[in-house]
Amino acid sequence: MSAALLIDVLLWGSVAALGLIAFRRGRPVFVASLRQGSMDFINIMPRIALGVIGSGYIAAVIPQEVITGWLGPNSGWLGVTMATVSGAATPGGPVIGFSIAAVALKAGGGPPQVIAYVVAWALFAFQRVILWEIPFMPARFVWFRAAVSIPFPFLAAAIAMVIGRP
Amino acid sequence: MKDPAPAEDADAEPRPGHIRKPVGWSTVTIAVLVAVSAALVWHRDGISGVTEILTDDLTLFGGIVPRVLAGCLLGAFIAEILPHEKVSRSLGPESGLKGLVIGTAFGAILPGGPFTAYPVASALLAVGADFGATIAMVVSWTLIGYGRAVAWEIPILGADFTLWRIAISLPLPVLAGALGRFIYVRLYPKQDEAES
Repeated sequence: MSAALLIDVLLWGSVAALGLIAFRRGRPVFVASLRQGSMDFINIMPRIALGVIGSGYIAAVIPQEVITGWLGPNSGWLGVTMATVSGAATPGGPVIGFSIAAVALKAGGGPPQVIAYVVAWALFAFQRVILWEIPFMPARFVWFRAAVSIPFPFLAAAIAMVIGRP
Repeated sequence: MKDPAPAEDADAEPRPGHIRKPVGWSTVTIAVLVAVSAALVWHRDGISGVTEILTDDLTLFGGIVPRVLAGCLLGAFIAEILPHEKVSRSLGPESGLKGLVIGTAFGAILPGGPFTAYPVASALLAVGADFGATIAMVVSWTLIGYGRAVAWEIPILGADFTLWRIAISLPLPVLAGALGRFIYVRLYPKQDEAES
């Protein structure tokens, strides 16, 4: 809870600081950016509402055991590939993604596979891409970014295999 | 070198930093997914299962709304006050490794969640950052940003695993940005010549 509060303080502190800079550039600059930001907020709200309120249902119907079963310790590169696909297919927010990784680790999942899973989830989780990235970014950027990111869960797993777990 | 426009403006894409219509194919996809899932939950757990999830998610949503507003304002202020020429020099196509490192550092220190990262990334694109530096920023935010690590990953996965995971992830944003830049100039060579 305190971490969330700290993040909120930092967030609104940054807004206030940048707002002050904009205000010093002159009232029209400040008012224009305030209006632009508010319009963006109003336009984005329906999608955020749908995604956030609906995500609980999507998470409730995807059985998490299916995902954890793919992350076995001796699953090798096939396991890394499955972990990458699972990371992208994991619904819901960070609680679900990290909890699945934690369960996989406790159930004896291989650390490189779990690393690949967490990295793939961070890079590709479909719900975040559809709900947040596509509404805010140019679509061409999103697809380009996702395509370019494909090698990195594998690279992370390879690094994990080489350096081992401390 | 007078106010170089970002390469993305050359085609029919909506201007970065300007959010598109509220209803599109992605919204429809999510809506269908949510409707089907809610129906499955109803079938499995009855109406109490449906309302329980709804209550939880409404609480979550209530907490997120002000943060989304903060993110949108942050993006708008950044787009307005950052000098385009400076941004395209330090984060543009010619910014080299330094631009990728700046993008990575920026993504790592950015406060907030997706509600800040994407509006801010979009604003950077609009004021002259190239795809490479913006990819470095987005990937850095998602992989080594402290917000999610502190709020969720450490409590759930433990500090040891999280730090190990972050250490392994450290080189990835710069590599992703470099790969992005490498592919971008080969995919859209003409555009770059026309722009410079």
